[in-house]
Amino acid sequence: MQASTTATFLDRLDSLDVAVSEGTPDACASLIDAAAGDPAVGTPLDIPGATMPDRVEMNPTVEELRAAHTGVTAGALGIASYGSVAIESDRAGTEPVSLFVDRNVVVMREADIVPGMADAFAWLGPRAREEDIDVILATGPSATADMGGLVRGAHGPKEVHVVLLSEEDSNAGDVPEADDE
Amino acid sequence: MSSETADSAGTTEKRGAKAARIRELMATEGDAVAENTRGFNAGRYESTGRLDDYEELKAEAREIKEDAIARLPELIEEVKTSVEANGGTVYVADDADDANRYIREVAAECEVERAIKSKSMTSEEIEVNEALAADGVDVVETDLGEWVLQIADEAPSHIVAPAIHKSREGIAELFNERFEPDEPLETAEELTHFAREELGKLVEDAELGMTGANFIAADSGTMLLVTSEGNARKTVAATDTHVAVAGVEKLVPSVEDFAPFAELIGRSGTGQDVTSYLSVLTPPVNSPVPDFGDGDAPLRDTDSDDRAFHLVLIDNGRLAMREDAELTETLYCIRCSACANSCGNFQSVGGHAFGGETYSGGIATGWEAGVEGLDVAAEFNDLCTGCSRCVPACPVGIDIPWINTVVRDRVNRGEADRSQLDWVFEELVPDEEPAGLDVGARLVGNFATLAKWGSRTAPVANRVASFGPARAALERVTGIDRRRELPSFSRESFVDWFERRGGARVPPERATREAIVYPDTATNYANVGRGKATVRALEALDVHVRVPALPDAGRAPLSQGMITTAEEAAHDVYAALAEEIDAGRDVVVIEPSDLALFRREYERFLADAAHERLSGASYDVMEYVYGLLENGGEPEALRGPSGFDAERGVAYHPHCQGRTIGVGEYSTAVLERLDYDVLVSETECCGMAGSFGYKADYYELSMDVGEPLVEQFGGTGRTVVAAGTSCGEQLDALLGSSVRHPVELIAPR
Ligand code: SF4
Repeated sequence: MQASTTATFLDRLDSLDVAVSEGTPDACASLIDAAAGDPAVGTPLDIPGATMPDRVEMNPTVEELRAAHTGVTAGALGIASYGSVAIESDRAGTEPVSLFVDRNVVVMREADIVPGMADAFAWLGPRAREEDIDVILATGPSATADMGGLVRGAHGPKEVHVVLLSEEDSNAGDVPEADDE
Repeated sequence: MSSETADSAGTTEKRGAKAARIRELMATEGDAVAENTRGFNAGRYESTGRLDDYEELKAEAREIKEDAIARLPELIEEVKTSVEANGGTVYVADDADDANRYIREVAAECEVERAIKSKSMTSEEIEVNEALAADGVDVVETDLGEWVLQIADEAPSHIVAPAIHKSREGIAELFNERFEPDEPLETAEELTHFAREELGKLVEDAELGMTGANFIAADSGTMLLVTSEGNARKTVAATDTHVAVAGVEKLVPSVEDFAPFAELIGRSGTGQDVTSYLSVLTPPVNSPVPDFGDGDAPLRDTDSDDRAFHLVLIDNGRLAMREDAELTETLYCIRCSACANSCGNFQSVGGHAFGGETYSGGIATGWEAGVEGLDVAAEFNDLCTGCSRCVPACPVGIDIPWINTVVRDRVNRGEADRSQLDWVFEELVPDEEPAGLDVGARLVGNFATLAKWGSRTAPVANRVASFGPARAALERVTGIDRRRELPSFSRESFVDWFERRGGARVPPERATREAIVYPDTATNYANVGRGKATVRALEALDVHVRVPALPDAGRAPLSQGMITTAEEAAHDVYAALAEEIDAGRDVVVIEPSDLALFRREYERFLADAAHERLSGASYDVMEYVYGLLENGGEPEALRGPSGFDAERGVAYHPHCQGRTIGVGEYSTAVLERLDYDVLVSETECCGMAGSFGYKADYYELSMDVGEPLVEQFGGTGRTVVAAGTSCGEQLDALLGSSVRHPVELIAPR
């Protein structure tokens, strides 16, 4: 079930031209390092075992945010059928760090991918009522068609890169079926 | 000068002005609007086509809205409590002035010098920009399209893509003139990048951020904002005072209710599965306010008390609409724009003609009637031709053409001051409508009587119809364009022909089924050929056929907003057919617009059981033939392609209303079954739409709407078929070839 959900998610991200890196949490820092441009700022990931590369400024000033090329933030949830990621606001500044940059690197766990939109709102509902959370369901980069043609990168990021973390190597137990005749 | 002449000169002048305005818009904005809206519309088909549960989602969305509007006062109270518990404030404004007064107070209290806005139609409705500007506040639209319009000082032409009428070249010229950049801007990328930089600076020192809200959950005070550019996110994130302006109808009970709308709104509107950003906010939002004035200040800020939030809920006529049995459905509208994009007329003229003070497109009639008043709605209401292509497109299932019909009816009644020309029509137009109804409307609305009269006096009537000076006079008095060919009436009606030939040729005992062919007014008096073909085709498939004289179905009066007359027709038709249906006979209908009446609009006029019986027993002729073939009827009994048809194939334009009730594809299926090569049109409506294209004001528009058909069918050499009488006339005019009903192709001679 999760495998097919993940496959759908990856498929959708691909159609949105969102780059994806997959790995286990201990590879997290290097995956981010490869995905992030320079300079990079970030906010805490709060994913067990996942760390940030040192070059990502984790407590940026406003000026550092302004100058940043990449913002690295956690994704709280993924929606498979849309290729959307949920970015949850916090006092560390996850919302501005994911927004006022050219590239948003979103780090999330494979286990947090849900199949569809209704699942996402079922997750959101109770937390909105009890914790007043603010969430952006972001699908691909920002875009506009207002200037006489489709342009990626309007007010928000021009590019999105998803770092998808799974508990073990996702290929380990997954023997591809032979399809030769 | 007699008052009569003065009056008719005045009407002619008014008509001329309207035609000129439409002509101008088609010339200046038509191409950009057409390209964009047709693109959105095609995108809608693709995107909704990818949803397995599209119909279920629409039903769910509809149900949520029905429930929410029914419980609206209760939800307003609930959201007040929720938002206040979150630390925000709710203000319910009676009208635009009340809302603006409150927002100005908020701005004054926070000493706001600059307010940034994300796109919100409701804020346009109350004209809050002007109100704040009067207090010296610099109001900046951050949606790129809205910003372009703000610079150009123009009004939106589309509810979702406001600058849809502007071309890239036009925007580049505007920017280059206004900002004089070192290098002139040219491409969409350059323009977007430039706007992002300019607006980025303005965003940094804004104090107040104003957004709309697509949906608000009463249970938590959470709102859903549907955007793509990221400007709504910036508007909220960068400022410490957030004002959200929304109509009261945006309330739904809970956050979970957002789900079907989140799936439907982008797909229905611009054809995107989902827009880049769905902001699900429970303000005041939990995000630090960046201190852009102090670059060294850390972004992180644990003091969570730095933001204020005001939810301004606008009534402005909505609670009265809720009490209005006919207009209340308007409040279900989620402003997706599907009704505009799927509309042939809108595609040609855009929202500057097809719109009122704020809203545009099909549903704008409902909004403007409720918010501004009937007179504003009256100005553009007749651009809805009732083609009904928006009905299946609307994600909340609003019967948009019906709302237009109701408003037209009210306008007719409101304007009922007795005209001196009424006497001309007393004999001719025995309707149930108020005296003084527009002469042209009345003439069209009473088409059945005219047709009967025309048929009886056919040689004379037909000669008058093609006589220049008479046509000029007709145009002056009725507004029927002289360039249109009027229907030419047949001397022998369909019913009379059937009787003269000796009635049915397949006796009931030898028949597989028994059917009544409904002699609609057009078939009966003008287009008798397709009636005869229907009889021959059905008899070839062993059906016992009868063609009794039956009352007119009421399509023409309904199209003119003459609801009472149409309702009378419904009762008459049902009374005349009830016994036939009870006897197990099928009702076969040739004119799709009449079948659409039986299935759709009659639901409003007849008792439920009566409507179910009539619509259940009625079939489109090609649907019926398809059913007969599926049930063992011999295709060999019908005529397959020969000569020209075999060589070049057939081009088929499905009737707009026929498509809406789902019978458009039977013609294709039957023709293909008989081995015809069929090219099917992708155009929503031919542009004639019953009587619309006859009106002098709209002749050119109507021809423009039909243009894509010329592009698709013109020069293909295919035999053109169309089921609707008016489609046939329009295609005749557009393609210069004579058009037949598909049944005329397949019926044995
Ligand atoms: S009436 Fe329906 S189709 Fe038109 S904008 Fe509203 S929701 Fe969309």
